Amino acid sequence: MSSSLRGFWPALPALVLLFFFFLFPVVRMLGFSLEGGSLDWYAKALGEGLYLRVFWNTFEIALLVTLFCLVLGYPLGFLMATTTPLWATLGFIFVLLPLWTSVLVRTYAWMVLLGRNGVFNRTLIDAGIISDPLPLLHNFTGVLIGMVHVLLPYMVLPVYGAVRRLDPAIVAAAEGLGASNWRIFWRIYLPLTLNGIFAGAVIVFVLSLGFFITPALLGGGRVIMIAVLIEQQVRETLNWPFAAALSAVLLVVTFAVYALAQRFTRTEPAT
Amino acid sequence: MSRRVLVVACGLIYLFLMLPLLVVFPISLSSAPYMQFPPPGFSWQWYERYLDDPQWIDATWRSLYIGVSTAILALVLGVPLAFSLVRAKFLGRAFVERLALAPIIVPTIILSVAVYGIFAKLKLIGAWYGLVVAHTVLALPFVVLVMVAGLRDFDRALEQAAEGLGASRWHTLTRITLPLLRPSLVSAGLLAFISSFDEVVVALFLAGANMTLPKKMFDNILMEIDPTIAAVSVMQILLVSLVLVLIGRFGRGLSGSAR
Repeated sequence: MSSSLRGFWPALPALVLLFFFFLFPVVRMLGFSLEGGSLDWYAKALGEGLYLRVFWNTFEIALLVTLFCLVLGYPLGFLMATTTPLWATLGFIFVLLPLWTSVLVRTYAWMVLLGRNGVFNRTLIDAGIISDPLPLLHNFTGVLIGMVHVLLPYMVLPVYGAVRRLDPAIVAAAEGLGASNWRIFWRIYLPLTLNGIFAGAVIVFVLSLGFFITPALLGGGRVIMIAVLIEQQVRETLNWPFAAALSAVLLVVTFAVYALAQRFTRTEPAT
Repeated sequence: MSRRVLVVACGLIYLFLMLPLLVVFPISLSSAPYMQFPPPGFSWQWYERYLDDPQWIDATWRSLYIGVSTAILALVLGVPLAFSLVRAKFLGRAFVERLALAPIIVPTIILSVAVYGIFAKLKLIGAWYGLVVAHTVLALPFVVLVMVAGLRDFDRALEQAAEGLGASRWHTLTRITLPLLRPSLVSAGLLAFISSFDEVVVALFLAGANMTLPKKMFDNILMEIDPTIAAVSVMQILLVSLVLVLIGRFGRGLSGSAR
């Protein structure tokens, strides 16, 4: 065990920054939750129906977002990994451009699309399919659509990586032996890309748990997720101890999901 | 047959991904006095309104120089950190690596609230350099990920050759190592810039009255759906596309860095 510090010094300036502006502030804030040496604020966060409901909402949305991302992201990653390089490049552009476009721009666009007088409702009404606008915005549906859109690329990229790593010889062998496309998918692609699916699902789920902008704007104050609640407690009620307790719970859940995920995927380095 | 179904399904999913980006273009060029789709006619009015409003221009400049400063600071701190992580063995290396990557795992709202608490004490709310520091914490993981990947692929025989020929360590670093790492440096710097330029949650807490572009957009979206936002959005999309093209042209593979 070489305990030499020789190569350590270049890391020091970054560590100083991380200590003073990341580690210390977070620990200090979490400390507020234990104000007066009691667990009262945790009891409030996890005991009162109102706040329990927020946790449950957050969990439910995160789970649904993950599910939708999986259903939409797998075919996309799969197609990109198995098509010609030219189409794959085009596919990448279509996935990366939204990924790197500001979440605000995308959220704004969804408001334009989903609003009462938005593009969808106008089109449907003009086509005579519906007579009253559908409630798509400032509710659960709106938040779900917006979040799936923001997080979908995080599912597509790991799936793409997993399918690419798969040895084409296995698929060729199955084809040579007369397996149908569906059979090849169920017996070869799906089991051998489970790691990629899992990696993508974990990233999407964890990012969903702490999501703020999309629920704040598309939820219209009616869909309260945990991050929105924390913001309200700090900026409106100035209730730091309670915000700290909520943050601590969110942080513990986040780390727990990651730790659990790492146990399952230890054999494979993250993509 | 089933392949065709897959292609059609993916076409629809691509449409879902691109639709929000596509819809803002026509709206930004609308001649209507309010949000209307499809637009009744063509005009540059929303772009003019953006360019004529000192608040928007102010916010844009502020976001640009905060983004550039963040990219510089994140590179200055992150590149040596990546060197340490890849090339040195020291006690607690695994901990240092986790700490450096933690800001992308810890929910941004927690980081924002925590730093807000400290900055309020230090009277740093509203200071542009305060935002640079906070954004650097968020950008550091991107720089570390890209640079670590670049350094792992680096052929150290080239450095040994230079030193064997009598080059000093400094010379080797500035003439051999860093130039060869340029693609990674470009990607890391541009990613750090975008991560700051787009960042809204931290800015919401720390920017105070000195609006950054995302914070101004957030406030405007909350208050009203004004097509000026569409014009700003289009410029944002174009800027990010430009940066992506730059990364593709001069940087190191995107798929790796975007995780």
